[in-house]
Amino acid sequence: MTVERRRVYLLADHPGDEVLEALCSTVLADTVVEEATVQHGAPPHDPHRVEVGFLPGVTDTEARELEAVIVQLGGPPVAAATVRVYRIEGADEATLADLARRRWANASIERWAVGELPAPFAPAPPEHARVETVPVTALDDDALAELSRRRLLSLDRTELRTIASFYAAEGREPTDAELETLAQTWSEHCNHKTFRAEISFTHREADGSVRSVESIDGLLRSHLRAATDAVAKPWVRSAFVDNAGIVQLDERWDLAIKVETHNHPSALEPFGGANTGVGGVVRDVIGVSARPIACLDVLCFAPPDTPAEAVPEGVLAPARVAEGVVAGIGDYGNKLGLPTVAGAVVYHPGYLGNPLVYCGAVGILPHGAHRTGPRPGDLVVVIGGRTGRDGIHGATFSSAELETDTAAVAGTAVQIGDPITEKATMELVCEARDAGLYRALTDCGAGGLSSAVGELGAPTGVEVDLTTVPRKYAGLAPWEVWISEAQERMVLAVPPEHLTALHELGRRWDCEVTAIGRFSEDGRLRVRHGGAPVVDLPMDFLHDGCPRRSLVAEWREPAVAGGRVADVTVQSAGGLLLALLRQPTIASKADIIATYDHEVRGGTVVRPWCGPEAAGPSDGVVLVPHECWEDGEAAFALGVGVNPRYGRLDPYRMALAAVDEAFRNVVAAGADPDRVSLLDNFCWGNPNLPDRLGALVRATQGCHDAAIAYQAPFVSGKDSLFNEFDGVPIPATLLITALGVVPDRRHTAQAWPRAGAGALFLVGETRAELGGSMYAELVGEDGGSVPGPPAGDPLVTYRALHRAIGAGLVAGVHDCSEGGLAVALAEFALAGSLGLDVSLASDGLRRDELLFSESNGRFVVQVAAGAEEAFAAAMPDGTAWRRIGTVSAADAVLRIAVDGETVVEEGVDVLRSAFEGGPRIGAYA
Amino acid sequence: MSSPSIAVVIAPGSNREGEAARAVRLAGGQAEIVPIGTPLDRFAGVILPGGFSYGDALGGGMRWALQVGEAVAAFADSGRPVLGICNGFQVLVRAGLLPGSSDGAGSRSVTLTGNAHGRFACRWVSLAVEAGNAAGLDGLLPPVIACPVAHGEGRLAVRDAEALDALAAGGRVLFRYVEGTNPNGSVGDIAGLCDERGLVWGLMPHPEDHVSDLQNPFPDRPGRSGLALFEAFVNRARSI
Repeated sequence: MTVERRRVYLLADHPGDEVLEALCSTVLADTVVEEATVQHGAPPHDPHRVEVGFLPGVTDTEARELEAVIVQLGGPPVAAATVRVYRIEGADEATLADLARRRWANASIERWAVGELPAPFAPAPPEHARVETVPVTALDDDALAELSRRRLLSLDRTELRTIASFYAAEGREPTDAELETLAQTWSEHCNHKTFRAEISFTHREADGSVRSVESIDGLLRSHLRAATDAVAKPWVRSAFVDNAGIVQLDERWDLAIKVETHNHPSALEPFGGANTGVGGVVRDVIGVSARPIACLDVLCFAPPDTPAEAVPEGVLAPARVAEGVVAGIGDYGNKLGLPTVAGAVVYHPGYLGNPLVYCGAVGILPHGAHRTGPRPGDLVVVIGGRTGRDGIHGATFSSAELETDTAAVAGTAVQIGDPITEKATMELVCEARDAGLYRALTDCGAGGLSSAVGELGAPTGVEVDLTTVPRKYAGLAPWEVWISEAQERMVLAVPPEHLTALHELGRRWDCEVTAIGRFSEDGRLRVRHGGAPVVDLPMDFLHDGCPRRSLVAEWREPAVAGGRVADVTVQSAGGLLLALLRQPTIASKADIIATYDHEVRGGTVVRPWCGPEAAGPSDGVVLVPHECWEDGEAAFALGVGVNPRYGRLDPYRMALAAVDEAFRNVVAAGADPDRVSLLDNFCWGNPNLPDRLGALVRATQGCHDAAIAYQAPFVSGKDSLFNEFDGVPIPATLLITALGVVPDRRHTAQAWPRAGAGALFLVGETRAELGGSMYAELVGEDGGSVPGPPAGDPLVTYRALHRAIGAGLVAGVHDCSEGGLAVALAEFALAGSLGLDVSLASDGLRRDELLFSESNGRFVVQVAAGAEEAFAAAMPDGTAWRRIGTVSAADAVLRIAVDGETVVEEGVDVLRSAFEGGPRIGAYA
Repeated sequence: MSSPSIAVVIAPGSNREGEAARAVRLAGGQAEIVPIGTPLDRFAGVILPGGFSYGDALGGGMRWALQVGEAVAAFADSGRPVLGICNGFQVLVRAGLLPGSSDGAGSRSVTLTGNAHGRFACRWVSLAVEAGNAAGLDGLLPPVIACPVAHGEGRLAVRDAEALDALAAGGRVLFRYVEGTNPNGSVGDIAGLCDERGLVWGLMPHPEDHVSDLQNPFPDRPGRSGLALFEAFVNRARSI
């Protein structure tokens, strides 16, 4: 069954013979490998084909460029649209419809038909300026709840009651736009109600008895920010206040970093959801006046081989989600010219209905360049993309649970990005920053203009006129303009005398610049549509009026299954190691990495892969910003830690382990352990349920304690809650991102051994900690204890390793994480295509514990030639270390002996083919 | 020795202009990043850098080629060198400047199209300079240059076998991927072309991303930097 694919370009009018000829011979068809045909009027009916086109309002960049080219060729303005055609000779309608639904089209952004789609060129609807009043003051709680549900407000009863009382006191009813503004500003997404809530927390033992009861004055304040305050690092420029955290890189430059999630949109439309996820987090970084310089992404999917019958109605197949998400991330970062360098992919059945897409971005700015103070009289200026009916209700939608019919209700919440417009916006902001043209800026993210303008104007007051907002098309209601989350827009506070200069930059970068209002001094948010009032709210009610939530949390320690499967044997150990290397979570991600441009900007010096054949997985990555390439020594490292398998058993230790892994990743790459910043990103279930919230409390407690132990401040964080599908939560998933400053870019380390260098060492202590491990999952047991904090003071150990790297004592270093020491050794060997001869002493541990335990704080190190004694001398008292073997160029075999008995003996080629035998992204089509 | 001024011309969506400019500076030239429409008369050489001009809508480099094709052709006709990298190479091919005049008026026989495996590819490749190419780079470059590719539409394809033979016979092949590193299915492992005068050069890989030992992921294989290509280009510009 061969699928014939064709691109169809629809033109509303004839562009003229000459233009048409140019389009067919040059522009639209590459005549070396393609041919073009012209069809005037409707094509004859063909029952063996499917046409797929965008829904009205979805960005069609290809069509927009075509319209521009027709004019450039001397033709008249002609409306264009694109359609994809799939044709299977002889296929029946049911087969085609099934393929269209499952593979070719996505109903959340596209329409399709077997045969022909109706022409997309409807006449523009008339502008409509209707502002509706929504009566709330007389409604009872049930009626208010029904209103919230119907309008997708995602507000609870107390919040609705607060709003009704406010309007009762004002003596009027809210407008539709006011209600939307309050819902956006008070959404979980924008307001972090759960992380600010008062929590009554009960911690119980496995038998139900109470271990402790405490009252928590907000998780953000008392756990995360408290740790940052206690650590008190002078190089932190901004933590938790701005759109992104800011830390010092060197004397002249600061780095900004932010990690966001885009889970719900990616579940519905994987390409567009991930695409706009990258765009959104990049704008967060631009929003602190930084030039974006790198991206990172952590993805959680259900296993790609999940059988079709296990996929519920309304859920896309995991392989399709993975392929779309990976393509969406690559598309945006690649087109923006940002290296996508760090990340992880975690596979677990619990992500079937709710895949997770974490997108992060790093930026660079001159020290002190970010400005945050608008003044009365400054203009409200929107730059970048136009506003359309895309992304309506993104903020409130992401605060609601997905249900089977969410796709139908919330379809407009999903968008596709336009990275070229974002690129122009980025260039314009950087030049406007250097020229001092604005006094404050923020991005248009969740909630659109309502959030951005409301936030920027909070200290002063602000007035805007919606008729001045540039639209993609006519027919938008005022409230839609106000809350649309159309992408690639930023809002600036511009002194009137600088508007001309800003327009000049807009022309240079092909970026639209429009003044839509003015900052006032009356402390009110006033929105008009021409003469008609749309919103008139006091800023203090908008920003401080949302009642603080009081929540109940409970965590009960799980009863750990006592039984253990039999220990591994000489016969089974090698096979188990190969099986672990094949586990999708551990297996090579080289196929995905290769679709991300990790080289652009020319500053990637430790890559996500390593070794002479580019086959090894790196720990951290290191980049030298282009801006300080020619005058500076510093670089920065990125690392991530995420292990949802620990969370079910012990969310506190999950947090410790995630911090330890992210931290160790950057140290292993060359970062100074005393210059590491952390970011937290929680993806959780419904926090209104005490067990979900209890796990969240334990995880934030772990974050706090780890930050203190490692003296590493949290500088930014974000939560995505309500990740449940039909009442079942995702595995509680905490991502920790580490940003470390590498003081000397010449002193980095990589995760592969060198022939001719020295012996192998293991730094750190292996303990009986198989709880939540990949090995335990593979053999089907709980595994006992989840890895706890490393023995001794890990910071002392990491500082010593850092000094050893700086002194040139380290030839290669790899951290131990999923799969434990055995997997770390296998990855190290295959990265270098060299054999390792390793000899371990059991010291009271079982072999499976020795090989596969995921104890924190460990590194495999190959010392430099002749550096054995110096390295040993560099290890401080209290740090566990031992020489465990040698590297062999002659014999490409991984040999691991325990107490003198060889238990693993596998050729490096065998290890590599297992490691590279994981899921192939892109095989799905 | 004079330091010739090289224009790095950008379109909306260009993104490797900074690295190209840096490579020019390291090679002894002066680089100026300028937008489409900038008069080129005062420059000694022109580079069209990598990126996604206009988001690759309508095919990589298509719209940009319509905009700069004539100006760049006129520049080359004045005897000054032009280098297109990645998206810039796509522009030169779509504008008919590469492989150049013998390609026949109005009907191109060489193109750059979607990678054979259908996906974007970012990986390091090894490039061998084709002996006897019209650009006369023999002996000016190391035997092999190592650098990354990063593209989705970089597969060199030809209309027929005759067109392929003509490329080799006319000295139009500038670089080939060393066996085993062809990242996109390009016919004949061709990675770069030049025109019959040796003035217009184009290649898909990014030598500007390997101009320092710091960037070399294979420290056991030193001396394969891409800087030599920029030195050759700057020298060519200087000699005009």
